[in-house]
Amino acid sequence: MILSVQNVVKRYDKYTAVDHVSIDVQRGSVFGMLGPNGAGKTSLIRMITTITGPDEGVIYLDGEKLHDRSPEKIGYMPEERGLYKKMKVGEQLLYLAQLKGLTEAQARKQINHWLTKFEITDWWDKKVEDLSKGMQQKIQFIATIVHQPKLLILDEPFTGLDPINTNLIKDEIRQLNEAGTSIIFSTHRMEQVEEMCDHIVLINHGKNVLYGEVQAIKNEYKQNLFRIQTETPLPEGFAGQYDITEQNSHSVTVKLPDDSHSNRLLQELLSIGVRITRFEEILPTFNEIFIRRVAETAGGQ
Amino acid sequence: MSKLSLIVKREYLTRVRKKSFIIGTLLAPLGLLVYFLVIFGLTKYSSGDEIKVAVLDEGGMVQQLPDERGVRFIPAGGKTFEQLQTAAEEGTYDGILRIPALGSFQKKEHTVFYYSDKKLAPEKRSVIEDRITDKIRDFKIDSLKLDPKMLDMLNTDVALDPEKLTESGEDESRYTAGVGLAIGGIMAFIMFFMVMMYGQMVMRSVMEEKTNRIVEVMMSSVRPFDLMLGKIIGAGAVGLTQVVAWIVLSGAVTLLMPMLMDIDPAAMQQSMPDPGTAAAIDPEEVENTGLRIMAELSKQNWPLITSAFIIFFLGGYFIYASMFAAIGSAMGDDYGEGQALVLPITIPIILAFYIVAFVGIRNPDSGLMVFASMFPLFSPIVMPFRMAFSPPWWQVGLSLVLVLAAAFFFVWLAGRIYRVGILLYGKKVTLKEISKWMFYNG
Repeated sequence: MILSVQNVVKRYDKYTAVDHVSIDVQRGSVFGMLGPNGAGKTSLIRMITTITGPDEGVIYLDGEKLHDRSPEKIGYMPEERGLYKKMKVGEQLLYLAQLKGLTEAQARKQINHWLTKFEITDWWDKKVEDLSKGMQQKIQFIATIVHQPKLLILDEPFTGLDPINTNLIKDEIRQLNEAGTSIIFSTHRMEQVEEMCDHIVLINHGKNVLYGEVQAIKNEYKQNLFRIQTETPLPEGFAGQYDITEQNSHSVTVKLPDDSHSNRLLQELLSIGVRITRFEEILPTFNEIFIRRVAETAGGQ
Repeated sequence: MSKLSLIVKREYLTRVRKKSFIIGTLLAPLGLLVYFLVIFGLTKYSSGDEIKVAVLDEGGMVQQLPDERGVRFIPAGGKTFEQLQTAAEEGTYDGILRIPALGSFQKKEHTVFYYSDKKLAPEKRSVIEDRITDKIRDFKIDSLKLDPKMLDMLNTDVALDPEKLTESGEDESRYTAGVGLAIGGIMAFIMFFMVMMYGQMVMRSVMEEKTNRIVEVMMSSVRPFDLMLGKIIGAGAVGLTQVVAWIVLSGAVTLLMPMLMDIDPAAMQQSMPDPGTAAAIDPEEVENTGLRIMAELSKQNWPLITSAFIIFFLGGYFIYASMFAAIGSAMGDDYGEGQALVLPITIPIILAFYIVAFVGIRNPDSGLMVFASMFPLFSPIVMPFRMAFSPPWWQVGLSLVLVLAAAFFFVWLAGRIYRVGILLYGKKVTLKEISKWMFYNG
């Protein structure tokens, strides 16, 4: 386990930003931290990155309780990010890398590696303010990972990025992950999670409302909805037999009592000669799961 | 290298390499040079061209008047007023000066007449008045058969020399107070200037980090306290660099100035605004004054004054710079909006300076001054001023302890405010709210 957050609480004045949250992040996984704006994601991340300390609970990073040098193992790209505008690219990266504990020689080597990789070696002496927004984001990304962190925390990494840079950064994140870096991905845009993460935690009002493996959660929250698309019309009486949730000219969505019914339904339709072009299970999106989960927890209280 | 020293290094180097810093450091002494040259040029400047004045001496009191500062006196030489008038109309003279006979020696006022169609410049007018006053005085002395030497004996220059009652007390000369005022005043001013200028520099730099949004990136590498302290130390080092550069450059300018102006001391005396009194100081006395001031300067306990000044400077700088840093962290992007927060910091600095300027100069040992030289928000400016007047050593010691304790306290306090303020965005903050932050947990 790279990160273990145990029963952590953070209060500001009278308001509790993080309320008894526990999460474990497996080594080498891509972990999604989801929740609407203001849910407490950033407060939680700030405790993991030692910017603030928890009022209650403990956090372990790489098997050790967080301490002064823990930040050197973490690469953090905050949502509110920026660079020293008047500083040159090379100097700036050297400075930030040294603050993460690298020696000047190590830092130089790493920076050269990344500048070469992004084909921007000639930027060393350019001032940050002279670079375009997209270019600055690349520098920001290099600054985040230059010290080869074991845990990479990205808070809304793709906001403000154009599609080309988004793909470039996504690609780098994937490569880093394949090389063994664990990644925490914080976002309020649920659809990003499904394509990148294997585990998630869903936070609302500072509380952990859903936590686990992406596929398992989807299975747990599925409603046994199946979409059937046919070339010939469905038999009469079908509507009376099944719970139809949605219907249009070519397809119909039915809700089955459990997922073992799907084979039976398919057999039934095949036996009476309906020509089926599509038969699929509709899994819930994280948006839907989130809304349901929030409604459940609100109703339960 | 430790993180703090990395931060200090960056804060220092980025500022020192800035064009504005280099220009400011070089131009200030140059500005001083230009200022002196302008002043010098202005004092040398005489109003207009030389005028020729015919002197009609009806009383026979004035023989030849020496030409001076653009006025040439030409005796009438037996010509009548009418003849002179015609000559003036032809352009031989610019004006006619008619000096009526004095009449009675008791007369303390005398009127002379100047005839001209041209306006007489005020400077020339006073030259003429002064010359004739001198001549009439000489004439009176001569006519009354008085001995000029005996008259001179009537003038006595009284000087008050303060002495200590007890034997152990250090002797003070009449120059002690003046030299003390000068040293103290300069130290107080440097202190005021540095604290204001570099304190605000720290504040702007904190605000800039916040608006650039780099601060959260930094916070994930260093402790907020280190970032704040590094900034304060870095900017303070820049301030010291600038002051040292100014002292060196001003010294060079002061040495160069006489050469550039090409003046000898005699000419300096000539150009003094009031030649009457200047003439009264005899050269020996001048030399004596210089020596006495030098003696007074060497009598000061310089190692003590300098080291105390440095400690007070560090104390004062850390107190105010950390407060400016705390306020900077609480401010949003809008500098104007934050002015209300800056005011509570600038008020004590200005107040301390006013106490020195309006109370200290009249009485450096008054009760208010003693209090102000102890109170840590004032003492960095007030105590160095008092130092030049040898205050009791225990007062200096106590004040030092207090200012250092206060410096540590304010840096700690500012750190607590800073760590909360710096991560807060898009919120207008009040002083009341800031005071709450001090009690937040880490």
